[in-house]
Amino acid sequence: MISDPATSLTSAVLAPGADDDQLLHVSLGPQHPSTHGVFRMNVVLDGETVVRLKPVFGYLHRNHEKIAEGTSYLASMPYTDRLDYICPLSNNWAYAQAVEKLAGIEVPERAEFIRVILGELTRLINHSAFAGFILGDMGAWGSALMYAFREREKILDIFEELTGARMMANFMRFGGCRNDLPEGWSAKVSRLVDDYGPFLDEMEKFLVGNEILLSRTLNVGSLPREVLINGGITGPMLRAAGVPYDIRKVDPYGIYERFDFRIPLGATGDCYDRIMIRFLEMRESLKILRQALDHLPDGPIIHPKAKIRNFIEGPKGELGFHLISDGTTRPYRYRIRPPSFINLTLIEDMCLGLDLADVVIILGSIDIVLGEVDR
Amino acid sequence: MSVATVTLHERLRAALPNAGISLRTNPGPSGQHSLLVDAADLPDVCRFLRDTPDLTFDFLSNVSGVDWPDPAKADAVAAPAAGEGSAPPTGGFLEVIYHLYSTRRRIGPLVLRARTIDRATRVQIPSVVAVFRSAEFQEREIFDLYGVEFTGHPDLRRILMWDEFVDHPMRKDYVAPDDYEYEPTPHAAVLEKAQRHYVQP
Amino acid sequence: MGIDFNLVADLKSHGVHVTSFESLVNWGRASSLWPLQFGLACCAIEMIAATMARYDMARFGAEVFRPSPRQADLMIVAGTVTKKMAPQVVRLYNQMAEPKYVIAMGACAISGGPFKDGYNVLKGIDRFIPVDVVIPGCPPRPEALLDGLLTLRAIIAREKLLGKHRARHADPNGTAAFPVPEFGAHDLEPTANREIWNPPAIVRESEGGTQA
Repeated sequence: MISDPATSLTSAVLAPGADDDQLLHVSLGPQHPSTHGVFRMNVVLDGETVVRLKPVFGYLHRNHEKIAEGTSYLASMPYTDRLDYICPLSNNWAYAQAVEKLAGIEVPERAEFIRVILGELTRLINHSAFAGFILGDMGAWGSALMYAFREREKILDIFEELTGARMMANFMRFGGCRNDLPEGWSAKVSRLVDDYGPFLDEMEKFLVGNEILLSRTLNVGSLPREVLINGGITGPMLRAAGVPYDIRKVDPYGIYERFDFRIPLGATGDCYDRIMIRFLEMRESLKILRQALDHLPDGPIIHPKAKIRNFIEGPKGELGFHLISDGTTRPYRYRIRPPSFINLTLIEDMCLGLDLADVVIILGSIDIVLGEVDR
Repeated sequence: MSVATVTLHERLRAALPNAGISLRTNPGPSGQHSLLVDAADLPDVCRFLRDTPDLTFDFLSNVSGVDWPDPAKADAVAAPAAGEGSAPPTGGFLEVIYHLYSTRRRIGPLVLRARTIDRATRVQIPSVVAVFRSAEFQEREIFDLYGVEFTGHPDLRRILMWDEFVDHPMRKDYVAPDDYEYEPTPHAAVLEKAQRHYVQP
Repeated sequence: MGIDFNLVADLKSHGVHVTSFESLVNWGRASSLWPLQFGLACCAIEMIAATMARYDMARFGAEVFRPSPRQADLMIVAGTVTKKMAPQVVRLYNQMAEPKYVIAMGACAISGGPFKDGYNVLKGIDRFIPVDVVIPGCPPRPEALLDGLLTLRAIIAREKLLGKHRARHADPNGTAAFPVPEFGAHDLEPTANREIWNPPAIVRESEGGTQA
């Protein structure tokens, strides 16, 4: 039992006097095949064992917050696409909601449904790609990713038909969405939802019980729940450790309280749980999608017409925008609460005492996107 | 989900009579009120909020830095409640805003603010990393981009910019390096910057 | 040059292929480009998509992404190059063996793109390393990347190995490594490599000049 969850484990592992010439200093990244984007870790090794790990950020710091403070509220919408560039529509949603709360704008029901559909499709993309990437980290280079991207392409086709862009949708507007669904669009989504279950079955068949996966991920990188909460870890990372904290349930935004879905929880919070929790979440997303498609109402898609912070449960964790308005057309302060960035807080604690090869798996299981880490 | 900031304010004042805590109201539609805490008392207030059994604010979600060269603006956004002092009229200050949640009681956010004395040298705020690990990188980011010095932080270095960098780019008066020599199609703010490089007739 | 094209065609019909050494070398180089496995930002995801089943970059012989710059001959700069990353990109480029080519993929790599206004964003990687092909888009679709790749193949096929107009890598006095910028107090030092980056002076009509 840890007396104070804020206590770092660092000092316990690195014994005094251990910091000598025998230790090997390795710089992993910023260009490294297994780092997810331009992320760097300065690792100190004693043999194969990690005794210190310091992440280095900033290689993709492209000043989104500064740029947003110099432009109008709406002009920042396309930039939010490029935060977590695997799932642009979740970012759109979080930002639109923050401004809606700031200005007190209502969103029509149909728009809320469309947002839920897009948000959950985005979660499917993210979690599928995650599975592909983390298996790549374990050596299954390309093949698992090939399956994940096959499904991703199908969802991107749906996005493209609706928004005109594969990735950078720039679709949500304050008070609704940019345009209505094209004819036959929901039927296509419906077909995709039907087909996604078999894909998940197929993926799970390859994964569950796979010996390499088990030996690489079981009991790797778990930390006590209190430490995770204290370290600000959110999203699948936190739920894999068994903490029932999902904003869609805790503080249902949009219309999430209308849907019947469960929050999958893990037991130990090791890398295996983190992978599996994402598969279970995709199953729940499919449930939400099915319900949303069945009850999609008709109606307008956009509402006709100072300081706030708003969160959504993004695929990677709590994505929040903290806006301070001074009454002008530009936000006075525009701050993003980036889940990828804050989920990295405890990476050193997770990796200490493990092998270097485990570091790559742990980093993969955190599921970061550098556009969001460095902004 | 929302927090009764006013009630909490009373509670904190009763429990920590020596700590300087004042209520700030938000006039906007969001109505997200906040508590302005004297910088020196911040770690104690955080520890009290975290460890008191019926409060259990165990999750520090977000730490934002804000630059206020004009203190009047800060008061407009977070207005002092009746009987509370307003911001000092001279000069500006830097502010750090903390958003606390309780994962056990599922409520939040409780918004705390702490301010530095000025924007030049007296920019110290005690670090809360010893209470909430999640502040570790976020405080480094604010140190990097705003120049707030978090005393007691275990590893206060620049995080996003390189170590040799000397400016604090998120401050309102920061002037970005002028590298707009070649702009075939400039517009908006870039146009302004690019015009400096046009050949004068 | 005294090549009798009728003879060439005649030989070809008998199964004998006659070509110049230059075209043979260029053909080999163009047909097996090994890109450096190196993604910077959003564009990297579309670059990965281009290598996956639907777009299948392997059709053009360029699917063997190499994790080491020593084994790669094509650098796809896919995404925003920040000032903090720029020295690393130049260093990676320098570590690649000649002949080497650079594709600047996406608006950011070309000019800073939407993030041009940022204090930490390099306004185009061509300030530090020579770029062969630029692919506009934010991000460019995988088809655009394939088109860029085909453009590069065409460029390689035209390369001269000898003479006055020979390619940089065929020139014994040509440079293979470019200076790596240092981190300064406010910006990179230098902010650009003036030997390879000379922006044209733009004179606006509105300011009394005539459009170039």
